[in-house]
Amino acid sequence: MSIPEVPRRSWIQRWHVKGIAVTGLLLVLLVASSRMTGVDVGMFFSNFGQFLNLLVRMSHPAWEYTNVIVQPLLETIQMAILGTTIGAALAVPFAILSASNLIHNRFLRGLTRLFLDLVRTLPDLLLAAIFVAVFGIGSTAGVVTLAIFSFGMVSKLFYEVIETIDMGSLEALTSVGASKVTIIWYAVLPQILNQFVSYFLYTLEINVRASTVLGYLGAGGIGVFLQRSLNEFNYSQTAVIILATLAVVLVIDGISNHLRRVLL
Amino acid sequence: MEEAPIISFKHVNKIYSNGTVGLKDINFEIPQGQFLVVVGLSGAGKSTLLRTINRMHEITSGEIKIDGEPIQTYKGQALRLLRRKIGMIFQGFNLVNRSSVERNVLSGRVSYYPTWKTLCGLFTQADREMAVRSLQRVNLADKLYTRADELSGGQQQRVAIARTLMQEPKIILADEPVASLDPLTTKAVMDTLQRLNREDNITVIVNLHSVPLARQYADRIIGLQAGQLVYDRPISEVTEADLNDIYVTEAVQA
Ligand SMILES: Nc1ncnc2c1ncn2[C@@H]1O[C@H](COP(=O)(O)OP(=O)(O)OP(=O)(O)O)[C@@H](O)[C@H]1O
Ligand SMILES: [Mg+2]
Repeated sequence: MSIPEVPRRSWIQRWHVKGIAVTGLLLVLLVASSRMTGVDVGMFFSNFGQFLNLLVRMSHPAWEYTNVIVQPLLETIQMAILGTTIGAALAVPFAILSASNLIHNRFLRGLTRLFLDLVRTLPDLLLAAIFVAVFGIGSTAGVVTLAIFSFGMVSKLFYEVIETIDMGSLEALTSVGASKVTIIWYAVLPQILNQFVSYFLYTLEINVRASTVLGYLGAGGIGVFLQRSLNEFNYSQTAVIILATLAVVLVIDGISNHLRRVLL
Repeated sequence: MEEAPIISFKHVNKIYSNGTVGLKDINFEIPQGQFLVVVGLSGAGKSTLLRTINRMHEITSGEIKIDGEPIQTYKGQALRLLRRKIGMIFQGFNLVNRSSVERNVLSGRVSYYPTWKTLCGLFTQADREMAVRSLQRVNLADKLYTRADELSGGQQQRVAIARTLMQEPKIILADEPVASLDPLTTKAVMDTLQRLNREDNITVIVNLHSVPLARQYADRIIGLQAGQLVYDRPISEVTEADLNDIYVTEAVQA
């Protein structure tokens, strides 16, 4: 009776050398970085009292202030929708140019991806600061910031979706004699549309949240009022703003989650 | 049958970029209106041969002529016009699953329109009616508005044939069109191809793995082995033993 030939695992595989090494390395990095940055966990607890103090002062929301912030809240939502739409629309052609299954020219693809990587490295707060300087305080700066931020994020998500599509229908349309653009329209778009919309909504959620912070830099919307109330130590107004923002974010998240579920 | 051939291969070689020999010195001609079946084991080069005809694959050397014209130099619009007159049917149907049957069928017509019109979906009424007629020919007119992925495999393949009909092709290439279908649907699909061949005088070239099917439908059978044309007979001269030879000798060599 002969034992069937089975491939042997190397000792590296047998003792899970890679997994153990990576875990060890991560632990070392974690400890080292907390040492170097001087994070003091103790301080978190010793200053906890101040946090409670703040909460107490915010516990009497000035409800009449709600009327004032409805308008800026709407502006925040509009900024998010506009910025996300512009960014996502611009992302589509770039995503197509970055997809390895559509563009076989490595140079072109590499160039587009490099550009997208660069855009993604720009922090949104930095963008907001720059555009407030360029366009002045107001929602234009916010919209442009959000557009660029969404563009960078969405284009990567989009081209990763494109790279997973079934290529059969593209082959069929090529054999029919369709032009490249027609092929993309007929064979690529129907396959990716749902996921595109889903990622669009996901980015919108993030942008509604982000735009409240951007306003803090003067880029329009509710953030402007948030900053004002904090500067004036008017915590009863701050409380209203935070609660209202929370409500809006929850509603938008709810709607977009529902739409995504329906779509996918 | 002595008119000029619709397709001719002269010393055609195809070597893939990784060095695999796809086709080796292929010479043969196909007259207009023939039902040609290509047989051979997996990896023999059947798909490669088919795809050189509509330039989905480029050949390395030699010459392929269609309607007497060498096709190797075609580019852009000329290439698209060449592909327009050659329909192609795939083993995997290759429909756009999320689109309706109607849209899939109409997509076979796009090469008759400028790109911008195809983007706006500006098909003429005549072409929309043609889509219905094409579906009627494959007995699927009632599925016009169904989503493609809601159809069975055999139905999807017939939609693919309807799409091809929209091209008004002179040639249909079918790469193992029935490999994933049950016997009954196989018959429906093969009968459809035969009907198009007889009624519309479309030249049909089909890759098949099944010897009985090849014998039942072909006017002529050619056999490939490791990229070479090793067999070429009209159906009247084909014997069971010949065909078994194509498979057996190859299996022995392998
Ligand atoms: N894109 C490619 N790159 C490299 N080699 C390829 C490529 N496509 C096919 N080949 C090789 O060319 C040879 C012929 O392949 P082909 O697909 O034409 O065979 P086939 O007769 O259609 O086989 P099957 O019956 O399995 O479909 C095979 O050896 C295959 O591995
Ligand atoms: Mg094949």
